[in-house]
Amino acid sequence: MLRAVLGGLGVAGVAGPLGCFVIWRRMVYFGAALAHSALLGVALGLALGLPADLGIAALCLLMALGFLALDRGQLVASDTLLGILAHASLALGLLALAMMEELRVDLMGYLFGDILALNQTDLFVIYALMAVVLGILLLSWRPLLSATVDEDLARVEGLATGRLKLIFTLLMAVVIAIGMKVAGILMVISLLIIPAATARRLAASPEGMALVATLLGALSVLMGLAGSYFWDLPSGAAIVAAAALLFLLSLPIGFARGRR
Amino acid sequence: MNVPTQPDAPGAAPGQIRDQAALVAAEGVAMSYQGRQILSGVDLTVNRGEIVTLIGLNGSGKSTLARILLGLIQPEAGRVWRAAHLRHGYVPQEMTIDPAMPLTLQRFLTLGGKVDGAGLDATLDEVGLQGRLQAQVARLSGGELHRAMLARALLRRPDFLVLDEPMSGVDVAGQGALYQLIENVRDRYNCGVLLISHDLHIVMAATDRVICLNHHVCCTGRPDSVVGDPEFRALFGAAAADRLALYQHHHDHSHDAEGGIVPLDHDHDHDHGHAHD
Repeated sequence: MLRAVLGGLGVAGVAGPLGCFVIWRRMVYFGAALAHSALLGVALGLALGLPADLGIAALCLLMALGFLALDRGQLVASDTLLGILAHASLALGLLALAMMEELRVDLMGYLFGDILALNQTDLFVIYALMAVVLGILLLSWRPLLSATVDEDLARVEGLATGRLKLIFTLLMAVVIAIGMKVAGILMVISLLIIPAATARRLAASPEGMALVATLLGALSVLMGLAGSYFWDLPSGAAIVAAAALLFLLSLPIGFARGRR
Repeated sequence: MNVPTQPDAPGAAPGQIRDQAALVAAEGVAMSYQGRQILSGVDLTVNRGEIVTLIGLNGSGKSTLARILLGLIQPEAGRVWRAAHLRHGYVPQEMTIDPAMPLTLQRFLTLGGKVDGAGLDATLDEVGLQGRLQAQVARLSGGELHRAMLARALLRRPDFLVLDEPMSGVDVAGQGALYQLIENVRDRYNCGVLLISHDLHIVMAATDRVICLNHHVCCTGRPDSVVGDPEFRALFGAAAADRLALYQHHHDHSHDAEGGIVPLDHDHDHDHGHAHD
């Protein structure tokens, strides 16, 4: 249980600030689509004998780049394209795992998260990646913020917005890969966006919002794991439900402050 | 994808003779969007200390041309040359700030770089946003947001300032003041200003050159003064009239329904020919 708490807090620490960028940049559906491709990443990792995390992060990144390339061609609307990629890759992932008969994969664990199964190595991976992601976020905070507010103005002012977009996409792929351990493919994006959406109602600056989102994420993890411990609730679902509950509780505060 | 602020290479400048003061020059620029030709064969130079007004109907390619000059998009054909170490200032026609981001005006203005407090206050005074530093940007009105973008561009002390439809959302009383401000800024920073307007009739009196664009450069020249025009003075007030001018078109050709060019052998009064939308 201690490992679950530490792992969950680690994920919350990085999901808070990154989740703020996801909702500012309106990339919620993009993130969800990336997460859906993770199962194919698991299969890829297994097939190549690589750790599953690496396979997931690699495939998320591949998906992100594939989306950017296909979207430029303007074949269909962006959200349609994301829907196609998300569910096609989820289906392919399920098929690929089904064909690997000799391997027994914890499908439920991947789909819904299995934070209670975290081992020492997982913890190490989570905290190492968290340090890297937070480090990069801190270093590129202002340019990233500027490019998020308005990409044209940022470019006119000399920022390399293409590179920033790539960095951000890479960070998202990494965070989704580690966040999956907590909430699974189907719910990982909610770890990023629900605390951030709640934090919007409580914060007056971008940094404040990132900080509040982190704290709310951590609180959700603790509440969810408590529910899991005392009432034997499924941990991933309990954490997401706790985050949603906090959002509900924040609604009156937002109205009282006159913010939308 | 850097904004190319360096000249391409020595000798890479367009062939025409250009004086030392040129900031940005486009030569033979062409652009199409989804099979529709937006720009073709456009030549345009903006010099230091010069105010150039780009006029044309909606959809005539003005904003696209401005974005090409700023390096935000690459033209399909032709070249753009920029003076070395050019600081751009850009006020786009519109911008939306996502209400999901809590951002004060102060933060918005300093996103482009550090600004000292005195400069910030002076610029806010200039654009009429004094005392609004702590306002949330997402809650500013359209006109206020436009002035906020102008302030952000001015704080950079730009060499090349692009204003896309700065008069939209500004009432008639405010237009004269805004023209005055643009003129002051040009004088203060000795920058080149590219001012985009869909209004074919009114251009700034301080404009050095008017360029009329309709997917290609239709005509270019100095604006005529309208200071003496009583009707104009009655409409905009004498003080404003000193800053505004009516530009007479002298087209040497006209356009048929398909957008092709029909040569003209007579001068015509263009003012009644265009429908504004």
